[in-house]
Amino acid sequence: MIAFLIKRLFHAFLVMFVISVISFAIQDNLGDPIQQMVGQSVPESERAELREELGLNDPFFVQYLRFAKNAAQFDFGYSYIFNEPTTEVIMRHLPATLELVAATTLLIVLLSVPIGVYSAIKPRAWLSRAFMGVSIVGISIPVFLTAIVLIQLFAIGVEVTPFPVDTAWGAWLNDLLSTDGGMPAYGRGNPVNVFGTWDTNFSSLEGLTYLVLPAISLASIMLPLFIRLIRAEMLEVLQSEYVKFARAKGISLRRIYFVHALKNTMLPVITVGGVQIGTLVAYTILTETVFQWPGMGLMFLDAIERSDIPLIVTYLMIVGLIFVITNTLVDLIYGLVNPTVKLTGKPA
Amino acid sequence: MALLEVNNLDVRFALRGGDVRALRDVCFTLDRGERLGIVGESGAGKSVAAFSLLNLIAKPGYIAGGSIIFDGKELSGMKDRGLRRVRGNRISMIFQDPMMTLNPVLSIGEQMVESLKAHRRISTREARAIALHKLNQVQIPSPETRLDQYPHELSGGMRQRVIIAIALLLDPDIIIADEPTTALDVTIQAEIMDLLLELCDKHNVGLVLITHDLGVVSQVTQRMLVMYAGRVIEQGPTREIINGPQHPYTQGLINALPQMATPGSRLNQIPGSMPSLSNLPSGCAFHPRCGFVNDANGAPRKACLDKVPGFVDSGNCRVACHMVAELVNQQQRDSREEVL
Repeated sequence: MIAFLIKRLFHAFLVMFVISVISFAIQDNLGDPIQQMVGQSVPESERAELREELGLNDPFFVQYLRFAKNAAQFDFGYSYIFNEPTTEVIMRHLPATLELVAATTLLIVLLSVPIGVYSAIKPRAWLSRAFMGVSIVGISIPVFLTAIVLIQLFAIGVEVTPFPVDTAWGAWLNDLLSTDGGMPAYGRGNPVNVFGTWDTNFSSLEGLTYLVLPAISLASIMLPLFIRLIRAEMLEVLQSEYVKFARAKGISLRRIYFVHALKNTMLPVITVGGVQIGTLVAYTILTETVFQWPGMGLMFLDAIERSDIPLIVTYLMIVGLIFVITNTLVDLIYGLVNPTVKLTGKPA
Repeated sequence: MALLEVNNLDVRFALRGGDVRALRDVCFTLDRGERLGIVGESGAGKSVAAFSLLNLIAKPGYIAGGSIIFDGKELSGMKDRGLRRVRGNRISMIFQDPMMTLNPVLSIGEQMVESLKAHRRISTREARAIALHKLNQVQIPSPETRLDQYPHELSGGMRQRVIIAIALLLDPDIIIADEPTTALDVTIQAEIMDLLLELCDKHNVGLVLITHDLGVVSQVTQRMLVMYAGRVIEQGPTREIINGPQHPYTQGLINALPQMATPGSRLNQIPGSMPSLSNLPSGCAFHPRCGFVNDANGAPRKACLDKVPGFVDSGNCRVACHMVAELVNQQQRDSREEVL
């Protein structure tokens, strides 16, 4: 276990090194920070002076070493647009994104497992077929479109009148097809501040309503993916000899499905899930933009638009770190679930 | 009355192009403590017969007719809940490949305890004690540690021992063993088979042994069935069938044993291969491969081509062949000639 952690720590270090080189290299090719910091009126001589002062004329590796030394102390410099340390900017935006990702992950886990298992156990039921059909649609529609449709339906509301309004049944049917809207779809509302810097939406029902539409649209691609993955794995496991043998032992179907089959089904799902949680953080850029969710994604887009290189680099480093952490955690969990994997740190 | 009585068992697979009959008119009985062998080529329906006894055939397979009477109760139409009380408890099974039969993520102990708990109201502690006792019976070294080990930590032979222990866990009346040694290393095949037979004898358990191996069947079973294309074509006392096979197919099978060939010459074989169940030949399913299908003039016999042969009682055996009487006569002539 300890050896495993040390080995993983070394891996994490390597990955972070590569990410830091790449993200730092970006700055050479991304806009001119001086242009952003000073106005049009500042003469070229002053600009050159400023450039020299900021060390932007030094060779690449000198700049990188300086960057790495500071990065090791979690100092990524000052954000040009916010005029404060980038880590503080990130820390201010991180809770919003993490909460969005957490809500989405919760949604995915709570829905994909029962739906996936159900549609594997009863592959011919109309409900399973419906799930499969809807999931294809979910995978095919890009996140921002899903988000816009959700806003139109549940935030703004849609009134359609395909049936005659003046009859009772027509009004009833129209009502059925129309939506009321009213769901919040802009920002986080009034998040409650908990332990110092962390604003949370989870503390009140009102706060949670702000999470509903962004979380659904962020889940709209991953959820169907996981439903299909769980279904496919489960179908395969149910064909296996050990499930047949469990039936021959007279074990109840419930135990066969949820102990014998589900545990084996979840092994590959956990692996994929770890990678996908990281991807989810990346997907937040789209969702946060549409819903103006004040998280890192929105901040990152802002930083790109305005060539705020230190902020961009910090964002890349932090997202990379989140990836590394989740993947290590997933490997740990995998080792606990799968007895054939021993967390010894060396190949068995 | 026999412990297990199977009459006219008819199993079909509902496929797009219509039902495929995987088993038809399968009849046999098994007494307490008796050993019955089922032999046949791959695809003859041996495993389907075994699995249909406990209605464990995978969809789209289903039992279309016939009866399976076990201990006076009809199993074929029974609901899953009722069958579950029989499965693993009164009739248990041993599968072919021990590497695939145990669940990789559950410990040996868990897989044994859950079996006991499914059929008896006992505590985990009691269940583990019984499990340990059975592991001792199958002669596994250091059984206490095995209980907490996972299948991947055991070799194939050890896993098959565990599976035999699981099969014996609830002191069943019958064990159905579907090629229990086929997937094992040759050096331990005999060991595992001896262990299985010894334990069945000791506990007076009836054994249905499904195998390709005529040698094993001839040594360990009292009665045997020979299956071809979903039908039983010959059944009776093992000794009589091995020494005097009456159906041309059984004759071919025994003739194909390596020890029947003259050293240095090619091994004997039955020409052709078994037909697909969805496209059976007319009449007797074996007629395209049968050496006796033509009469004295060299023309194929009408009966063989048109009519599915029924069972004919011949001595202590039952044979499904139109030609039995003639074949038996010929055999008797042959053996007389040999004697002369």
